[in-house]
Amino acid sequence: MNDAAIPELSGLRRAALVVGTLGVVASLAGAWLDPAQFFRSYLVAFLYCAGLSIGCLAVLMVSHLTGGGWGVAIRRPLEAGAGVLPLVALLFVPLLFGLPSLYTWTQAATMAADEVVRSKQAYLNVPFFLVRAVVYFAAWLVMAFFLARWSRAQDRTGDPRYADLMRKLSGGGLVLLGFTATFASFDWVMSLDPKWFSTIFGLLFLGGQGLGAMAFAIAVAYLLSSRAEYARALKPTILNDLGNLMLAFVMIWAYLAFSQLLIIWAGNLPDEIPWYLRRISGGWNVIAIGLAVFYFAVPFLVLLSRGNKRRHRRLAAIATGILIVRAFDLFFLVAPEFSPERITAHWLDVATLAGAGGLWLTMFVRQLGTLPPLAPNDPDLAGALARKH
Amino acid sequence: MSIHSDARTPRLYGLMAEFDSPDALVAAARRTQEGGYRKFDAYTPFPIEELHEAIDAHRTAVPLLVLIGGIVGGLSGYGLEYWVSIVAYPLNIGGRPFHSWPAFIPITFEMTVLFAALTAVFGMLALNRLPEPYHPVFNAPRFALATRDRFFLCIESADAKFDTAATRRFLESLGPREVTDVEP
Repeated sequence: MNDAAIPELSGLRRAALVVGTLGVVASLAGAWLDPAQFFRSYLVAFLYCAGLSIGCLAVLMVSHLTGGGWGVAIRRPLEAGAGVLPLVALLFVPLLFGLPSLYTWTQAATMAADEVVRSKQAYLNVPFFLVRAVVYFAAWLVMAFFLARWSRAQDRTGDPRYADLMRKLSGGGLVLLGFTATFASFDWVMSLDPKWFSTIFGLLFLGGQGLGAMAFAIAVAYLLSSRAEYARALKPTILNDLGNLMLAFVMIWAYLAFSQLLIIWAGNLPDEIPWYLRRISGGWNVIAIGLAVFYFAVPFLVLLSRGNKRRHRRLAAIATGILIVRAFDLFFLVAPEFSPERITAHWLDVATLAGAGGLWLTMFVRQLGTLPPLAPNDPDLAGALARKH
Repeated sequence: MSIHSDARTPRLYGLMAEFDSPDALVAAARRTQEGGYRKFDAYTPFPIEELHEAIDAHRTAVPLLVLIGGIVGGLSGYGLEYWVSIVAYPLNIGGRPFHSWPAFIPITFEMTVLFAALTAVFGMLALNRLPEPYHPVFNAPRFALATRDRFFLCIESADAKFDTAATRRFLESLGPREVTDVEP
């Protein structure tokens, strides 16, 4: 039922399957040749895929809470994206074998050498790290499971009770998601440098995930819009709303990223500042400037124009650009920790992203194929279709 | 209904048609637009989404003004800080360079927003030629109802196609409640 349901996406699914398979084979070869590099590259690839699913879940819950035509238009891509969370949990497993090479706090020698790190031992230890990861995934999977279950029940029966249930779950769920995603970002990314800390980091990470999910949903909606029944919900005013939401996420990310920089720059403390010093020296500053230009300045300026937001083709092109730059954003968070002296990239960076991303996309298209194109009993559907333009 | 007006030398501001419903007004505005009139306006008690298109309210210059205002504000904010910190009164603060750009960004941002917002408000007022103590449309006898439950369409005599008799016939063909003269 999957391939036949969405013929527009069968090309994407085939491409994802081929690229994913090649990426997995290359990644396995790389894992055998250079395990340490494999885990470094794979962490970025995992964060990219996990971020898409968590971001989709977050934006989906926001749309359940607020309602509105924009939510109707991208609800199915968001639901399918959150539906890939079981695969994301599976993709987390290989990282467990790389904990000693990724996180220096797992080694007794680092612990013994540094008093600051030693004082964090109650939090930074492998058993508690694993327990927390299980809690995060349990929270996300349970929320995604119930939202998917009620959404299908709503499609089948049209009972207004389900919209109410989804809204109630989303209210508390967003709070839970905020906490779990914050601590997940502390565990998986921030602890790469066990001495460094930034309280804004969790929200910054979540903002990036929201931006990625929004861009992804807009791009997928463009592929789906060749179908008449789907295009009905993608009127210029709704595209304008979607573009504005993406613009809001661009601005949130830039605001938080700059706030973090400003606070640490102004404090200029020896525990905090090295994280930035690594990222503005040895050629890494090229990526830093590239992110300021292509993750903030350019998307911000092009998304100001109504003409760019109201034409789906242009909006989807902007979204695709953001999705590409997002990989550099995550690479910039992880890679300088392992090569502070000078900028390096490895073919495994591409191979692992292709492998994990290909698998993620394959399962995404499968999920999307099992759902009718627009939620037929969404309380906001009638309002969205009644819009004149 | 001035005794001085005649069909050949229009001394009116325009002709005002009164409608009972928003739908009638939108339909009338569309037909006025199709009828070749360009200088006309509609007056309603509440915003009507379709009307914007029906009277072909073209793009305004406000967004451009706001952009310029924002750029000017941002540049002047950064410029002021640069001038103070580097030229006029350089201070060594924590051993940082005089040109410490991260510290300049919040003020630059605030000045951008402030200038953009002020340009939006005052630019809108200026483009609407507000405040305007006198406007001829209020001479139409029942125009006060435009703030209650009636919908008005006024074709102005400045329109190239305006002809008091012909335009009156045209407006009456749109099915209004009544058509009245608007004294200048």
